[in-house]
Amino acid sequence: MIEFATLLERLAFTPSRNMKLALLKEYFSMAPDPDRGYALAAMAGSLSFAAAKPAMLRALAMERIDPELFTWSYDYVGDLAETVALIWRRETPDQDTPAAPGLAEVVHTLERLPKTDVPDVVREWLDACDASSRYALLKLITGSLRVGASARLAKTALAELASVAADDIEEVWHGLEAPYGPLFAWIEGKGPKPDAKDAPVFRPPMLAQPLENVDLTAFNPGEWRAEWKWDGIRVQLVSTPQGERVYTRTAEDIGKAFPDVLATMQDLGSRVVLDGELLVVQGGIVAPFAELQQRLNRKSPTASMLRDMPAGIRLYDILFEDGEDLRSLPFDIRRQRLESWFSRLNPPRMALSELIAFQNFDDLAKLRENARSEGIEGLMLKKADSPYVPGRPRGPWWKWKREPLTVDAIVMYAQRGHGKRSSFYSDYTFGLWRTVDGERELVPIGKAYSGFTDEELKFLDKWVRDHTTKRFGPVREVAHGLVLEIAFDAAQYSKRHKSGVALRFPRVARIRRDKPVEDADTLEAFIRAFL
Amino acid sequence: MEWLELKPEGLFCAPGAFYIDPLQPVAHAVITHGHSDHARPGHDLVTATPETLAIMRLRMGEDRAGQSQQALGYGDVISIGEVRLWLAPAGHVLGSAQVVMEYRGQRAVVSGDYKRALDPTCEPFEVVPCDLFVTEATFGLPVFRLPDPAHEIAKLLHDVCLFPERTHVVGCYALGKCQRLIALLRDGGYHEPLWLHGALLPMCNLYESFGIPLGDLRSATAAEKGEMRGGIVLAPPSAIADRWARRLPDPVVCLASGWMHVRQRAKAHGVELPVVISDHADWDALLETCQATGAKEIWVTHGREDALIYALGKMQIRGRALRLLGYEEEDEQAEQGASA
Repeated sequence: MIEFATLLERLAFTPSRNMKLALLKEYFSMAPDPDRGYALAAMAGSLSFAAAKPAMLRALAMERIDPELFTWSYDYVGDLAETVALIWRRETPDQDTPAAPGLAEVVHTLERLPKTDVPDVVREWLDACDASSRYALLKLITGSLRVGASARLAKTALAELASVAADDIEEVWHGLEAPYGPLFAWIEGKGPKPDAKDAPVFRPPMLAQPLENVDLTAFNPGEWRAEWKWDGIRVQLVSTPQGERVYTRTAEDIGKAFPDVLATMQDLGSRVVLDGELLVVQGGIVAPFAELQQRLNRKSPTASMLRDMPAGIRLYDILFEDGEDLRSLPFDIRRQRLESWFSRLNPPRMALSELIAFQNFDDLAKLRENARSEGIEGLMLKKADSPYVPGRPRGPWWKWKREPLTVDAIVMYAQRGHGKRSSFYSDYTFGLWRTVDGERELVPIGKAYSGFTDEELKFLDKWVRDHTTKRFGPVREVAHGLVLEIAFDAAQYSKRHKSGVALRFPRVARIRRDKPVEDADTLEAFIRAFL
Repeated sequence: MEWLELKPEGLFCAPGAFYIDPLQPVAHAVITHGHSDHARPGHDLVTATPETLAIMRLRMGEDRAGQSQQALGYGDVISIGEVRLWLAPAGHVLGSAQVVMEYRGQRAVVSGDYKRALDPTCEPFEVVPCDLFVTEATFGLPVFRLPDPAHEIAKLLHDVCLFPERTHVVGCYALGKCQRLIALLRDGGYHEPLWLHGALLPMCNLYESFGIPLGDLRSATAAEKGEMRGGIVLAPPSAIADRWARRLPDPVVCLASGWMHVRQRAKAHGVELPVVISDHADWDALLETCQATGAKEIWVTHGREDALIYALGKMQIRGRALRLLGYEEEDEQAEQGASA
């Protein structure tokens, strides 16, 4: 428990991905089985308990501390588990401390412990633990444990320990269960690679490189296929004898949020692995991303959401069919297999991603610029003979996004960044002019923290420091004196901002030191142009 | 105890006509220790330990550290009018003292700031039995049961080993925390050079002049960036996440403070590695100390006095909150002015 608690604490405070990786690697190589397996389960979000309720924690604490003092402390700390962890004092502090329980011991005990016995066991554990382990223990048993590392990061750490690709771990991951004994045996070279067999495991997807600094005139149009790039989320649909899954491209299982898609897969009963784009499709029309976002925000959808925001899939590719691995076949052949599978089953909710006919890349560029309809981000270019290769290889697939939209906005607030940027004001809230009762005022429309060079960041940081008018904790309000050209992918109505609009993927395109703030854009013009 | 009273200038001993740690310039001030919220400039006569006087001269200049200075070693008794007065170690920082006063058969002890935990850089706290004990309550909540400093140092050193390509920059106050941290690191087996922000060096030199060895200390400001990689840098809390820290190669931001014990406080400071080391008495030490003095009455100068007075009441000890404004939490502001 102590090692796990230390790891938790360190991860919670570390923003850097590389640091987290190093901490995870240290933990996984030092911690014993099966403790580390349960720690991995905790990171994967598959370790959930509700063995203890807040009331039980409070009652336990009251056995050792005066209620008034407890209330003052809780008020100050603001978190029940942390308050109990910090305030707890062993009944007989002079005696030898019993050994703190291991993570696995806690998990195993709670699995079979009658509810009435839980307080006695937890009290013993609290006595045996230090403050940091008590915190981890209480968070764990109340089902509110948050680990500052994603499942993907944990798998990357394991992969680095084993000197294999993280994708190799993904391929077996979803066929395994906590505490992952065979997985650890494999990565330490003490056992064979676990066999996923018929389990609905995730297959790492093939991703495209952005088409930048690439000379299209060197490409032979006949060797390339073009598809629309849909603005949804990339998903993998998996159907095997052991079940169906909907995975995101980072291997997150989102089936619970999309029972409509899962039901379709079950009804089809076809054993396939498909690659596609998840969208909300209303009467054949792709809805704005905001609607999909609403579905993504919920662990499980309401009946009205299922009715009003039905999920649909644009199919890009087929990876497996009836146990046959198609990934090494050329794109054209896989496309034929996909089309014949599609015409045979005619699956509801699904549509083939259309192949766009073109003679040359100039035609295609025009098509791309004119395609301003909802749900299209740009084009995908795929080499006709490309096999399906996990990762983001350079060459076979390109994403050719539309030119971004831009708006000239004024910096209003700035905040420091994290990690390497913790000494820089690198997050900027920007706004547009609006006229209310004849008065001009600025209203914020978004926040950007990328797009600038290191030199530009230095300039912006200094500008913010020199033009601060007010401070609200970590946030600085600045004088209205600097225009930023903000690039973004799409605009939408939103209740989150006072302005009523929001941007998708805003970033700083240019610093417009030349532009007087009076000439920055107005909210009215923005809405006319983009909404 | 009628002969100690609270005036706008601070705590006043009427029969001796002197103030203890006054907030405004006065004719005669007895100073417990050199932190800027206790030792303020501009008094006529200042009575304090030789160490505290030296610290005051360093921080505010010869001319502002009292027109005349009266150095008083620990345990040396003087009489001021009818008041017998001596200083006893408080264990807070170098030279820190409790002011012990006797008048007409009664004894009062004003402790200033104090701690009971290990500190190789100053005399340990001495319990002086008394009728009235005046205490701080910076950590006056039972959640503040602070860990063993050696454990925290081990945690820091482990991290330094784990990330040899990064530089650990530890925020610490210029007076006391900095030198204690250095001494604890040395005791923990770390004998590499330590890199110091310019604001910390003069006080370290002063400590060394009083016979407290701190080992190889170097200026971080003058160092080449590469030299500090993998090392430990100490800097005032205000500098660790600001522009000054950009000179450091890939810094891990650490902060040495008792407040780091509570996660939200540590998070709010943007700290990557909280180092829970405090120069103040924690909850258990406050209660133990108040009890050990045998005082029937406890006055609380500053901090979270409600919980402490409540807990003392449960032990049949009468507590009174003085709410002395101007004594600050162990926080950035307290040190910035003096150490900048």
